[in-house]
Amino acid sequence: MYHRLSIRQKQIVWAWAFLAVPIAFYVVIRFYPTANAMAISFQNWNLLGDRTWAGWANYAKLWNDPVFWKVFRNTFVYLLIGTPVSLVISFAIAYHLDRLRFMHGFLRMLYFLPFMTTAVAMAWVWRWFYQPVPIGLFNNVLATAGIPQVEFLRSTTLALPAILAPAVWAGLGFQIIIFMAGLRAIPRSYYEAARIDGVSNWTILWEITLPLLKPTIVFIVVFSSIGFLRIFDHVFNMTTNDPGGPLNATKPLVLMIYQSAFTDFNMGYAAAQTVVLFLILLIVSLVQLRILRDN
Amino acid sequence: MGSAVAQIRASSKTLLASGRPRTSASTGQVIRWLILFIGGVLMVMPIAYMISTSLKWPHEIYNLALVPNEPHLENYTYVLEDGRFYGWFVNSLVIATITTISNILFDSLVGYTLCKFRFPGRYIVFIAILSTLMIPTEMLVIPWYLMSQAFGWLDSYWGIMFPGLMTAFGTFLMKQFFETVPDDFIEAARIDGLNELAIWWTVAMPLVRPALAALAIFVFLGNWTAFIWPLIVTNSVDMYTLPVGLSSFGDEADVQWELIMTGAAISTIPTLVVFLIFQRFIIRGVVMAGLKG
Repeated sequence: MYHRLSIRQKQIVWAWAFLAVPIAFYVVIRFYPTANAMAISFQNWNLLGDRTWAGWANYAKLWNDPVFWKVFRNTFVYLLIGTPVSLVISFAIAYHLDRLRFMHGFLRMLYFLPFMTTAVAMAWVWRWFYQPVPIGLFNNVLATAGIPQVEFLRSTTLALPAILAPAVWAGLGFQIIIFMAGLRAIPRSYYEAARIDGVSNWTILWEITLPLLKPTIVFIVVFSSIGFLRIFDHVFNMTTNDPGGPLNATKPLVLMIYQSAFTDFNMGYAAAQTVVLFLILLIVSLVQLRILRDN
Repeated sequence: MGSAVAQIRASSKTLLASGRPRTSASTGQVIRWLILFIGGVLMVMPIAYMISTSLKWPHEIYNLALVPNEPHLENYTYVLEDGRFYGWFVNSLVIATITTISNILFDSLVGYTLCKFRFPGRYIVFIAILSTLMIPTEMLVIPWYLMSQAFGWLDSYWGIMFPGLMTAFGTFLMKQFFETVPDDFIEAARIDGLNELAIWWTVAMPLVRPALAALAIFVFLGNWTAFIWPLIVTNSVDMYTLPVGLSSFGDEADVQWELIMTGAAISTIPTLVVFLIFQRFIIRGVVMAGLKG
């Protein structure tokens, strides 16, 4: 039977045979759960009792929940500080590292190493750094210099940047490597021509390097933004005694989702938050692509 | 990211050659080197302090010195003694390894099929798989949890692994790389009478080995460090992965920071060692995966 098929028909048979298991996987493990999450967001359900139709009630509750707005704000603070800071630092390092030959590989290794670490482990290391004297490294350094103590993780204003720091730190290596690849791709003849014309280094940077690097910049901005909007591991592990504290000052949306679903077992409410997260990620990515691609 | 790919494709090879050729070492270059060196040392400081503290006695952790006065391995003996860390290590290793193998096989098979076969529905399948990239994992954890609960997958290896057995990222990456395999090779193998499965495995796969390695690095690292889903799906201490175990251990150890640092070192050192051995290879893989995926 198979032998009577044409070459083209055989190909179709093989293609679907190869795709059968993966398609089943994507339908059951990706598409069905996506639809399911959306459906649950319109239900009232605490995992044990009955599922009842709730209409827009979960979304209305979210809209009127002051904690949600605090969390919403935090999530964007992570994004709006984290993305520009890591972009500028990683570009500055890549730009200068690209111009060095002496022990180039060694320096690159130093900068890349943090990318290979586990976020949970490093969150605990940084948490130790932030402890008050006599334990914490930072406060010990401050004490030696005669500067007053800083209560990093117990402060409602400083805790968020303190948690963001290791997240930025861990991502720098990846961004530096990508930037260096982008810099290498710019033809050297452009620089030589500019130098012959007597253009300053600063002008070369702004008029040649950065415009030609735009595809790389777009990639890094979108990629790191998605990461900061989904921050969880660092926050959870640096505030385990009061996740997202003090006073919700560090709580991002993913942590609120986790608590609503797996501490309060309010599945409908948590699902509504995941839909909001999905929309935020979608809108932020589209806006960034639009702005960065246009001008 | 098509244009970024085009821009960088040419450069991924030269990246690993040492820096741009420069003539004399001017004062500016020396200062630049020094600043970058200090920055690099600061970058590895958290890792250095983690390892250093794991080798210190409790009374010494307040000492800022990087080199312990009396380095010892007692903390490691103590932390590994009750066997929990050993178990978590094995769990993480098994889960990350199986998931990596699964991704290597399925992502490349799907990428290959979408790239080299012509059949009705090809475009729709491709777009459908690609569209899953937009769905954040966090949106799926609740349905996955309910599914695991219904089928009894909670607190098992399968429960931890099933969401990551295939990824759209890997499929897309492999499809991009199979574009570089000439159709003539596949056609020639067909004329030689090889079946399609054998062509994929013996002809096409060896030609994309660098891409497979890049995919393996990303998938393994991603699963080794994964936290939120293993945290949700596991209940018993025995089933924890290293990150989940470390998180609970950190709470339990309270102020015994030298023990927490030891636990952190146990979960970090393996990937660091692997990186130091295959450094060039891994950096190239990261660039490839980052830009093509």
